[in-house]
Amino acid sequence: MSQIFILADFAGDKCTKTTAELATAAARNASVTAIVLAAPGAGATLAASVKHGPISNVLVVESDDFATHGVAAAADAIAQVIAQKSPNALLIASHAYGKEVAGRVAVATDSGIITDAVDVAADLTATQLVFGGSTTVHSKVSNGVPIITVRPNSIEADLSDSELTEAQVVVSGGRGTNGDFSAVEGFADSLGAAVGASRAATDAGWYPHSHQVGQTGKTVSPQLYVACGISGAIQHRAGMQTSKTIAVINKDPEAPIFDLADFGVVGDLFAVLPQATQGVTAQKS
Amino acid sequence: MRIAVCVKQVPDSWAEKKMVNGVLDREGVDAVLNDLDEYAVEEALRIVEAHGGNEEGGANSVTIVSMGPERATEAIRKALSMGANDAILVSDAALAGSDALATSKVLAEVIKNGGFDLVICGTESTDARMSVVPAMLAQRLGWAQLTFASSVSVDPAANTVSITRTTEAGVDSINAKFPAVISVVEKINEPRYPSFKGIMSAKKKTIDSRDLATVGVSAESAWSLVADSAPRPPRAAGVKVTDEGNGGNDLVKFLTEKKFI
Repeated sequence: MSQIFILADFAGDKCTKTTAELATAAARNASVTAIVLAAPGAGATLAASVKHGPISNVLVVESDDFATHGVAAAADAIAQVIAQKSPNALLIASHAYGKEVAGRVAVATDSGIITDAVDVAADLTATQLVFGGSTTVHSKVSNGVPIITVRPNSIEADLSDSELTEAQVVVSGGRGTNGDFSAVEGFADSLGAAVGASRAATDAGWYPHSHQVGQTGKTVSPQLYVACGISGAIQHRAGMQTSKTIAVINKDPEAPIFDLADFGVVGDLFAVLPQATQGVTAQKS
Repeated sequence: MRIAVCVKQVPDSWAEKKMVNGVLDREGVDAVLNDLDEYAVEEALRIVEAHGGNEEGGANSVTIVSMGPERATEAIRKALSMGANDAILVSDAALAGSDALATSKVLAEVIKNGGFDLVICGTESTDARMSVVPAMLAQRLGWAQLTFASSVSVDPAANTVSITRTTEAGVDSINAKFPAVISVVEKINEPRYPSFKGIMSAKKKTIDSRDLATVGVSAESAWSLVADSAPRPPRAAGVKVTDEGNGGNDLVKFLTEKKFI
């Protein structure tokens, strides 16, 4: 049986749901080994949090360099693991760090690379949504150990016997909040969602840049994306339009974001959101 | 201080892009300087301007480095009109359809032999959006990697560079000795518009066009190949309601039906 390695993904010292998604894709036709990169002494705890579902082996590499030398040290370690173990493929989470590590490992191991896959088939054909989500592409690596980065929240993870939680819902605010994110945050809280923001909102200083959804800010593809007071500039749409379900609240019925909406409410977010928050809270209690 | 800025000519962000024979069709669309590279050009200019400027023959220079068809000179002229000194364009028919690995190999070879202290890139190109070339360059050159910078400060006397990077966890501060590869995010600065004088003088600046033999690398076919591609059906039109006092409840009803609550 072939073997696929995944790079275990962590938020702080917590294993993310993305790790389970990578494992689910890898397990379609292979046994799955998770690589854990850790500070000296921290490997065992991290490894214990990773081993679940389809992951049969965990390979721990400990070094001080991961904290001080970032992606360069991570890529060096992974390239050595690949040279020693010759897996059939390596899957990594497709965020900024993951893509950089993948790029360097591809160079170091003379391997082809595919980024931002939304699915990986048993024969390692990767599916990508390109050009702002307008085109579906299937591609395959033709040289070396295929290195594929997979977008978080794209693959239905096998979460058996794990306790992973992560925001599958993002509620974002834009210019329409006028700087008051309380209604957006309240609704996000009721759904257990993460809060996002448009570039207009982060540039105005209303919300931290780290929450920006869009071009170089961040690409998200949650199960549910709720855009509040966001008109839908092209960068923002590129950053969120692969979300599974999209709901929109905007005063302007002509806002381009309505084109993407599965459900749209033309109205004032300061009226709609509090009512919705109350409704969600009432249903949950 | 000699700075190289890597730029790419890409289809206009607003142009409708499509795949032909497994690669992006670049023929039928308007081509522009990748938006995100303008921030890299601007940052390089600001760095040299903060340390004595980039007068011809002086200690500082900004060189634009690009790979692409001859037509890419249009995008390069824009970067030159912003104030860069000169440019190197690697253009060779054998490079058509190159992937990020091949691109980084060619760029690294040019940079390695160019006597540069720093390389500055945008975070990604708006066409492929892979965001891996800066990291690949650092790997190939064996230089420090300072990517996704939201600020850059350089100490030419000490040959050191520091950046800050905003992440979900907070703000990282990263320091390195020259030489280093930097990528900058779009929040770092506001790129200048080329002045009339800049546009005129750019016409006289040198674009050193090189083929693969001159660079000294061989062409590599792409190591990832597109099997097929298809336009995605547009999202089915959704439901749109107007809030007349019940919009929030309507939303909750929809979310309940979809099992989000």
